[in-house]
Amino acid sequence: MTQSNGKKNINLTLKVWRQVGPNVKGRLETYQANNISTDMSFLEMLDVVNEELIINHRDPIAFDHDCREGICGMCGAVVNGRAHGPEKGTTLCQLHMRHFSDRDTVVIEPWRSRAFKIIKDLVVDRSALDVIIQAGGYISVSAGGTPDANVIPVPQEAAEKAMDAAACIGCGACVAACPNASAMLFVGAKVSHLALLPQGVPEAARRVLKMVQKMDECGFGNCTNETECEAVCPKEISITNIARLNREYIKAGFL
Amino acid sequence: MNWLLDIIESSIGKKLLMALTGLGFCVFLFGHLAGNLTIYGGKDAFNSYAEHLHSLGPILTVAEIGLLVFAMVHILSGIFLFWGNLKARPQRYVINKSAGGRTIGSRTMPYTGFLVLLFVIFHLMNFHFVDKTNTTIFQIVQNAFSDPIYVGIYVAAMLVVGIHVSHGFWSAFQTLGANHPKYMPLIKGLSICFSLIVGMGFGFLPIYFLFMS
Ligand code: HEM
Ligand code: FES
Repeated sequence: MTQSNGKKNINLTLKVWRQVGPNVKGRLETYQANNISTDMSFLEMLDVVNEELIINHRDPIAFDHDCREGICGMCGAVVNGRAHGPEKGTTLCQLHMRHFSDRDTVVIEPWRSRAFKIIKDLVVDRSALDVIIQAGGYISVSAGGTPDANVIPVPQEAAEKAMDAAACIGCGACVAACPNASAMLFVGAKVSHLALLPQGVPEAARRVLKMVQKMDECGFGNCTNETECEAVCPKEISITNIARLNREYIKAGFL
Repeated sequence: MNWLLDIIESSIGKKLLMALTGLGFCVFLFGHLAGNLTIYGGKDAFNSYAEHLHSLGPILTVAEIGLLVFAMVHILSGIFLFWGNLKARPQRYVINKSAGGRTIGSRTMPYTGFLVLLFVIFHLMNFHFVDKTNTTIFQIVQNAFSDPIYVGIYVAAMLVVGIHVSHGFWSAFQTLGANHPKYMPLIKGLSICFSLIVGMGFGFLPIYFLFMS
């Protein structure tokens, strides 16, 4: 369907996971998303569907979102079997409808993991990730104000690697995409960005032991190096961070 | 020793056990294959290799017990990991698509592992726990592989071992913390080479016997 202004609109069939609460059975329900501009984001498309549901006095689809520009880590759903949808290196809010074709069927499911309880529809409780951070993903002493440059020397390579790891927005896509629902990429990124910098080193051993212990307690699965996590990570965080987590764990445990 | 138990019981600890014992098996496979290649040297070469091996006496017994312990550790941690992973996602996805990370090897580790276990039991019953009076190991092997069914089972089993190791080999390095853009491509390449060498190296032996008989 082509409009007079030259923009393309598409019609989609959505199959969306609907679940009214944490402990009730959910199921896929079918909706039509008509006349969707391909310039819209995926979340804007859901907004359009929800407006129609509200007008018809039906319960709108609950989904998480905040910044809608790929930095807060609130959004996320599994779209046609892929966390954050088919595009590499994007969050769901950054996914544009131009990546879909007219008359596509789009199946939308929440992150599925024992550690992430479904609150409603596509909204899951990701506070297990916060609990892991609380177990050790911080530096205890006050680091003070901004220090003068080069007071604490940090090699360029370490700074770059720490920044790459710190790009993690905690969206949970790694857990969602992992065949084992493991949180190792998340924990690897959090352990790495602190362990690589001088300020993080004094507590490195205690941190990694506590965070891994908490990760296991929360009910996440075990990494089997399937590498699905790095393929879906919107910040394209590498599994070399998981190897670093393993190294830090071995160091902390045995040395 | 509490600290050690804590480590071993953790998810990473179990993976470390898996990786160390798995790499141990890889070393064993390499040695076993090197030994078996003497078959191409003929009956006498193979029998004398077997004789040399058995003349090691207590060293061989220790190695066998070591392998048995490694097997127990590998299988038990594998079962715990597999069980934990099933529990970690009680509700499966309706649509589940790979984003490009998984391989045939990585997808099937627990299943290929289980098949290898069945094969190892079968294999030991064929060639280890047999009456070896009045015969030679070459004859026993030759006998077995004159039967196309045995040949089929062995070739299929070596395919399965190759698939298991194609993921296991590089995965073990990643688990032990050895992953760097400098050398990871090399390890992944070695992983493919090793699985091909193991699969084809062992896999051709039964076929060789079948055609010789
Ligand atoms: C020739 C024999 C075997 C070799 C060379 C071998 C090798 C390996 C290696 C190197 C790993 C990788 C460890 C890691 O990911 O860190 C592995 C993992 C694994 N093995 Fe084996 N293994 C063998 C037999 C078995 C048997 C008999 C079983 C089960 C009955 C088994 C089940 C598994 C499982 C479940 C994993 C974990 C899969 C994963 O983490 O993705 N393996 N193996
Ligand atoms: S809504 Fe903030 S990352 Fe998508």
